[in-house]
Amino acid sequence: MTKVDASDAAPDTLVAGARRRHARWWGRGVPLPLLVPALIGLAFLLVPLVALLVRTEWHDLPDQLSSPAVWQALRLSLLCATAATAVSLVLGVPLAWLLARVEFPGRGLVRALVTLPLVLPPVVGGVALLMALGRNGVVGRLLDSWFGVTLPFTTAGVVVAEAFVAMPFLVISVEGTLRAADPRYEEAATTLGASRFTAFRRVTLPLIAPGIGAGAVLAWARALGEFGATITFAGNFPGRTQTMPLAVYLALQNDPEAAIALSLVLLAVSIAVLAGLRDHWMSAG
Amino acid sequence: MTGTHDVRADTALDGLDARLIVERGAFRLDVALSVAPGEVVALLGPNGAGKTTALRALAGLTPLTGGHLRLDGEELDRTPPESRPVGVVFQDYLLFPHLTALDNVAFGPRCQGAGKAEARARAAEWLERMGLADHAAVKPRRLSGGQAQRVALARALATRPRLLLLDEPLAALDARTRLDVRAQLRRHLAEFEAVAVLVTHDPLDAMVLADRLVVVEDGSVVQEGTPSGIARHPRTEYVAQLVGLNLYRGQAGGHTVRLDTGPAITTTEDLTGPVFVAFPPSAVTLYRDRPTGSSARNLWRCEVAGLETHGDQIRADLTGELPLAADLTTVAAAELDLHQGASVWATVKATQTHAYPV
Repeated sequence: MTKVDASDAAPDTLVAGARRRHARWWGRGVPLPLLVPALIGLAFLLVPLVALLVRTEWHDLPDQLSSPAVWQALRLSLLCATAATAVSLVLGVPLAWLLARVEFPGRGLVRALVTLPLVLPPVVGGVALLMALGRNGVVGRLLDSWFGVTLPFTTAGVVVAEAFVAMPFLVISVEGTLRAADPRYEEAATTLGASRFTAFRRVTLPLIAPGIGAGAVLAWARALGEFGATITFAGNFPGRTQTMPLAVYLALQNDPEAAIALSLVLLAVSIAVLAGLRDHWMSAG
Repeated sequence: MTGTHDVRADTALDGLDARLIVERGAFRLDVALSVAPGEVVALLGPNGAGKTTALRALAGLTPLTGGHLRLDGEELDRTPPESRPVGVVFQDYLLFPHLTALDNVAFGPRCQGAGKAEARARAAEWLERMGLADHAAVKPRRLSGGQAQRVALARALATRPRLLLLDEPLAALDARTRLDVRAQLRRHLAEFEAVAVLVTHDPLDAMVLADRLVVVEDGSVVQEGTPSGIARHPRTEYVAQLVGLNLYRGQAGGHTVRLDTGPAITTTEDLTGPVFVAFPPSAVTLYRDRPTGSSARNLWRCEVAGLETHGDQIRADLTGELPLAADLTTVAAAELDLHQGASVWATVKATQTHAYPV
């Protein structure tokens, strides 16, 4: 900022240089009213995680984690989150395609409704699922009388609750990728004799695969952490519907050590997911 | 006599016979096209004239709002794009980025029901014909512009279309590659026995590649004919500019044509009624002072509105009594001390003009 002489010659480099200086000596040139809240915010996000590590009784950890109850909950969590992601993929990708590629009346409204579960409190989602798919629910009654299928308080119910909450993440992510992808590739495919479905399967799907992958991971992570809708719709039965978050919550009330150990496992899984997405998002920022 | 009639009936059935009407908001495209098998027709026109819309309508990507579309006697108006025997080479090729050149070309045959091995064999054959046999395993982003163009052509031809459509086939190439690719494309189009329609805004591409030009402006056909016919007798200002001619419209009475805008031009042709008069910019001679000894009957006072370099020539854009373009050498321009706003006298010999009825 003090050097004015070179400003005409290379304004770009000057700005870039200034930016680089800020990056190197951070603090200098960063206004305090921004710096202080920023650092508090950073601490606010990181301290709880550090506290979790600090309070862990590391020598007891192997014992805690080797209990069959932990493995049962973890296995159920991974299984249900994966199944919920699969459901989201099978239903969500076509839904995203419909929203991105087909013009129909009320499309904006449908898109808004699809994203509703993103902002809806999960407990409300759970109640809504009970009203729809419960034994006396609008659809659940038919499922029960026609096929003898009951979803609430079953493992399948966990998958339903998680998919309900997680699918919007996938739909939003895939729809964004679809909108960014050039629809003329599909047109080129149809001029080569491909039906619209073949064009989607052989051209569009491979092109948007990275977006689908990112959306699937996002949905999976959301499903893994799902608590409110799950406990409302599927209950809390160990081995059947008790996923990790539920187990953590329950353990916290009678065995805090176990709760910490379980939390640590979920933290490790989350970090692994983040590391897996590193190339996809962190570089994009 | 009857024999000739039969032949005519047959040829009317063969090839493309279309009237493409597409209405979109204020824009209306209404283009009639009939193209014989083996013929290459270029839709030539400025940007936004509706050429690409016409091409998309032929491919079935844009629905017709009216008119008809028959190919070899078969109605195609309502046929979806995937069922039309049409191959398209898109402007930016749209090669599928996740497939190799070979699989791009094999895509069409696969969709038409060929087995994987057979489709690939056919694709390999096409790449061979395009001189790209050793690029079969390459992904599109590793292909040069000229190679990508040939893969796109191979991909379109591999479906054995009866109508081949090319949208600005050379626009994405740099000037150097363009020459080679244009020559190759001309060869491939000459070999193609079905109907070919290409869209371009480049008159040179159109004239080299096509047997017949259809000039489209504002959604309608303004002129059509052979490249040389159009070059000699342009009928709109756009076409005249394309082929590098000054073009005027007026009323002829003997050897004088009174232009609609006022001034008169003396011509060698003896005509009456509405006519066009055209002459090339190179036929114009410029003077700073009113020439005294000149035998030219066509003398106008003009002002230089702009100067542009074309190789070793300078193109002067003149306004005044008669707006016209004049070509002169750099030396001549320097001697005349031409600059924007300079006032000049322009003359054209009657023998250099060409008048023809509207």
